[in-house]
Amino acid sequence: MSRKLALLKSAPASARFGLVVVVGYGVVALLAPVIAPYGETQVVGVEFAPWSAQHWLGTDDLGRDVLSRLLYGARNTIGIAVLTTVIASVVGGCAGLIAGTLRGWIDQLLGRLVDVLMAVPSLILTLLLLAICGTSIASMVTIIALVESTRIFRLARALALGIGQLDYVTMARLRGEGLSWIIFREVLPNASAPLIAEFGLRFCFVFLFIATLSFLGLGIQPPTADWGSMVRDNATLISYGQMTPLLPAGAIALLTVAVNFIVDWLVHRSSGLRD
Amino acid sequence: MIVSRLGLGVMTLVAVSAVVFFSMALLPGDIAQQMLGQAGTPEAVANIRHDLGIDRPIGQRYVSWMSGVLHGDFGRSLASGRPIAQIAKGRLVNTLFLASFAAIVSVPLSVGLGILAALYRRRPVDTAINVFTLLAISFPEFLIAYLLIYLFTVEARWAPSLAVVGTDTPLPERLHKTVLPVMTLTLAVAAHMTRLTRAAIVNVLASPYIEMAHLKGLIAWRVIVRHALPNALGPIISVVVLNLAYLIVGVVVVEVVFTYPGLGQLMVDSVSKRDVPVVQASCLIFAATYIALNLVADVASMIFDPRRSL
Repeated sequence: MSRKLALLKSAPASARFGLVVVVGYGVVALLAPVIAPYGETQVVGVEFAPWSAQHWLGTDDLGRDVLSRLLYGARNTIGIAVLTTVIASVVGGCAGLIAGTLRGWIDQLLGRLVDVLMAVPSLILTLLLLAICGTSIASMVTIIALVESTRIFRLARALALGIGQLDYVTMARLRGEGLSWIIFREVLPNASAPLIAEFGLRFCFVFLFIATLSFLGLGIQPPTADWGSMVRDNATLISYGQMTPLLPAGAIALLTVAVNFIVDWLVHRSSGLRD
Repeated sequence: MIVSRLGLGVMTLVAVSAVVFFSMALLPGDIAQQMLGQAGTPEAVANIRHDLGIDRPIGQRYVSWMSGVLHGDFGRSLASGRPIAQIAKGRLVNTLFLASFAAIVSVPLSVGLGILAALYRRRPVDTAINVFTLLAISFPEFLIAYLLIYLFTVEARWAPSLAVVGTDTPLPERLHKTVLPVMTLTLAVAAHMTRLTRAAIVNVLASPYIEMAHLKGLIAWRVIVRHALPNALGPIISVVVLNLAYLIVGVVVVEVVFTYPGLGQLMVDSVSKRDVPVVQASCLIFAATYIALNLVADVASMIFDPRRSL
């Protein structure tokens, strides 16, 4: 515990700022139903009401409280992004480690498949698959997880290839250890630092991606509160000089910056690079 | 080397076209059944299946679709029944106009800023550029777009927030209407290019011949421009071209925000209507452009770095 505290103290200001922001978002996401003054989809007043004592940030295009939807949006947007990143990391990470450790035809097959999928820009590929599967949260999570897992596959495979050459892994092979032992007890512990940093970066990417899809009207569907679609629904207010629609977009940007700071620090620490 | 890279590009394109086509086979249910809904009699469904050509084996359909595409025939839209080539042509021209306008602005800007940051590294100018580019990377494109609308349309009343152009819009008006979309794209793309240009030059600056140039008493900017830049040119050019490929994707969101009649907007509309043939066609066009630009990046870096083509 004290070692962890010392580690936190050694963190640069940017990483500390990032940690504070991420923890803050986590608390808001977990406690949304407690701290939100109104319900997620409750219509509480006239449309586009200005900021007031009852509605701190006014109301949206259907007369729902913007502050409440912003708080619930933290829960939905971040929750779905975390879920997607976890699925992508587990699928891509396992496939990559297996391909890098086993080599042979499995590696060739998965490698070529990933090459083809990565040859198409991820937004374009996702739009194609969404057109085919229809726009629902389940299909969006599956599709983005699949598209993002290709990136994690590349990294995990490269790591497994490198670590697989080391003496202690050869020793384990000669001892006759099984595939799962070699992957999870020998290769994975050594590959974990870059994989964790990659998880953070992927999270940023997935989070922005989901926000963008929701903004395009193809991601999280109404009436679920979500930051991307909140920008879309209230965008008309901007032409009247109101900043309210930019708040959810700002919330997205702040979290992305915060996670980037933490990832930078982790990469810095694990690689020992100075510049 | 270059020839084999070109061959690989063509193979990738064929593989991608197969993915684009066969992913439709994953479609749960039957398009004909869906179009008719509950009311569809088996005969009517069979008729539509025949009209759409989906009663033939899938391999045969792929070959005829592909030969159509190579002749510029992408089939017909499910929603409007019009030929896709006719719908997409004008929009592709608009998208290419927007992307090239953005490229003309962003490439010199970001290479210049990258050189500046490398020249004054670890000084205030470098830090400012670093912070600014990190912010620009973290902002979703639509936030940048709306911030610009807020600043330049609402506050300054200087540029229009809607970029609705037709085929007969004259060039000056077209340029004025696309100012904000281009600024959005520039901010989104230039950040990456600036950071990587700086990294490429800083990388070269560690070499002994740069130290030699300094020791000869050359002034700093001359060392950078005449000695460091030529050797960093390979990586910079590939970064620039890769970011142009990224422009192709960024265009989708920007077109929706500014209701610019381009290919990206068409694709997003068609996804929500589930007009699969149009989505397939636009996906293929975007993917082909992307693959072609990646190819150019690789070939260019081979030309500028002879060691790579050995």
